Amino acid sequence: MTPAEIRVEILDILEDISPDEDLNGLDDQKPFRDQLELDSMDFLDIVMELRKRHRVQIPEEDYGNLASMESTVTYLEPKMKDI
Amino acid sequence: MYDTIIIGAGMSGLAAGIRLAHFDQRVCILERHYTIGGLNSFYRMGGRDYDVGLHAMTNFARKGDKRGPLAKLIRQLRFGWEDFKLAEQIGSSIRFPGVSLDFNNDIELLENEIAARFPGQIDGFRSLCESLLDYSDMDGGSPEFMRSAREVLQEHLSEPLLIEMLLCPLMWYGNARQNDMDYGQFCIMFRACYLEGFGRPYKGVRTILKNLVRKFRGLGGELKLRHGVSRIHVENGRAVGVVLDDGTELEGKRILSSAGNIETMRMCDDITAPEVAKAGQLSFIESISVLDRDPQELGFDRTIVFYNDSEKFHWQRPDDHLCDLRTGVICSPNNYVYDADEGQLPDGVVRITTLANHDHWCELPENKYQAAKVTQYDAAVASAVRFMPDFRSHVVATDVFTPKTIRRFTFHDNGAVYGAPDKQLDGCTHLPNLYLCGTDQGFVGIVGAIVSGISMANRHCLVPDA
Ligand SMILES: Cc1cc2nc3c(=O)[nH]c(=O)nc-3n(C[C@H](O)[C@H](O)[C@H](O)COP(=O)(O)OP(=O)(O)OC[C@H]3O[C@@H](n4cnc5c(N)ncnc54)[C@H](O)[C@@H]3O)c2cc1C
Repeated sequence: MTPAEIRVEILDILEDISPDEDLNGLDDQKPFRDQLELDSMDFLDIVMELRKRHRVQIPEEDYGNLASMESTVTYLEPKMKDI
Repeated sequence: MYDTIIIGAGMSGLAAGIRLAHFDQRVCILERHYTIGGLNSFYRMGGRDYDVGLHAMTNFARKGDKRGPLAKLIRQLRFGWEDFKLAEQIGSSIRFPGVSLDFNNDIELLENEIAARFPGQIDGFRSLCESLLDYSDMDGGSPEFMRSAREVLQEHLSEPLLIEMLLCPLMWYGNARQNDMDYGQFCIMFRACYLEGFGRPYKGVRTILKNLVRKFRGLGGELKLRHGVSRIHVENGRAVGVVLDDGTELEGKRILSSAGNIETMRMCDDITAPEVAKAGQLSFIESISVLDRDPQELGFDRTIVFYNDSEKFHWQRPDDHLCDLRTGVICSPNNYVYDADEGQLPDGVVRITTLANHDHWCELPENKYQAAKVTQYDAAVASAVRFMPDFRSHVVATDVFTPKTIRRFTFHDNGAVYGAPDKQLDGCTHLPNLYLCGTDQGFVGIVGAIVSGISMANRHCLVPDA
């Protein structure tokens, strides 16, 4: 997947986790937490969905990389480039 | 071999099942009864639909609200708000002799009521509200959790009557402990009832159960009704599977049980004497009246009335009687603000819940049991009409369910509605791969049980295999 495709996939996961959320205005640089009502259970779900959909394993110590859209895409790029 | 075997198809078991099936586990829910729902089910009798349980769903949230347990469970189970579509309560009341406090889904009303009836207490009430534990403190880690709620209330409020009045609905809707309440549980229920409030789907608990089951099955989950678990098979300190009532054995990597703490221990091969003394004691009877008209035509527009006929509220099992008529809950499912396209419910209904003694009910021989249902219905209604308009000349059908019924539907010791007073908040047991969810893990009520199923599934069953 290209970074752009990964971004679309993450949006899709967020849409799935929180269908009532308006994702149009999402600022890629800002933390998700400041823009969306996501708690730790929801963050765990992003990890779980990536595992379910793409078999991407994210160790717990790396969860911090999922703070914003930009950092998430950067972190996932090497893991998802061959998918 | 299942990844997870879940015991019980009540709210918590179904919710846990959805989480696990969604993340591709091979999961099976085993339910002894011929129907789903457990403590919260439904039946049809004489051409009418009845709900067991569900007066009100606590933790009301409006569409678009993203905070709070209801929003959280909707997200975690991948539902939309429309799937539950809760209508808001019209308004509820706490009625004690000579004084009544109204509340609805906006805390301002209760504040105004307290300011008007107990002017000297309003600052204390506000400071109490500020001191409430947050949901994030509810994993039992907070040292405040196990304090006595009465003690904390006395630090904020000096009027004993107000303390009793505030405790009455919260104990009724979620306290397994007699007479006092854990402060943590008090905070959970305070948020659930006073800060978030009550709602109900137009079609009652059916809507919720149907959605849960449809989702679970749609994800490939297996649900087996009439499949009671009689034993949990233990080998070398681990649960390896279950033995069903008919002797069939099923293997699982882990087991999640909503059958209750003592009830689950009793099933384990390696435990000979579970500590039955720790079982919950509080059970209910419910007296249901179908009316020939809408309760509002009789001047009754309250969604729920929590009543108590003296200044002191007694939250304990009646020892010498079948029922305790001093306190009760009146619910009218008609008194919600349903959408215009849904209209009104087909029948007027008044449901009255009173405290009851499980053992006394179960000791009665069948003919006496049937007679007691009639006399106790009359007594409960006579007690309740002291706090609402007398509807007795408008009753067209009645039904009563007792602790014996509750026991039969849920297999919980003593028909204990809110389970054992001491909760197992982390869901762990003496075995490393056997976990508890639902009533005895800690969260009660419909929303509480669902949240319990979700969080125990997340915490114990979804962790990647080490
Ligand atoms: C009269 C009444 C009114 C209520 N009113 C409300 C209300 O208005 N609002 C609200 O939010 N809550 C209400 N509740 C509480 C609510 O119903 C419960 O807190 C909630 O449903 C508990 O769900 P649970 O999954 O923890 O347990 P349960 O519903 O008890 O589920 C456990 C399931 O396990 C099954 N089981 C047990 N042992 C075995 C076994 N060995 N093998 C297989 N299956 C087994 C049982 O049959 C049951 O289906 C009410 C309860 C009652 C009784």
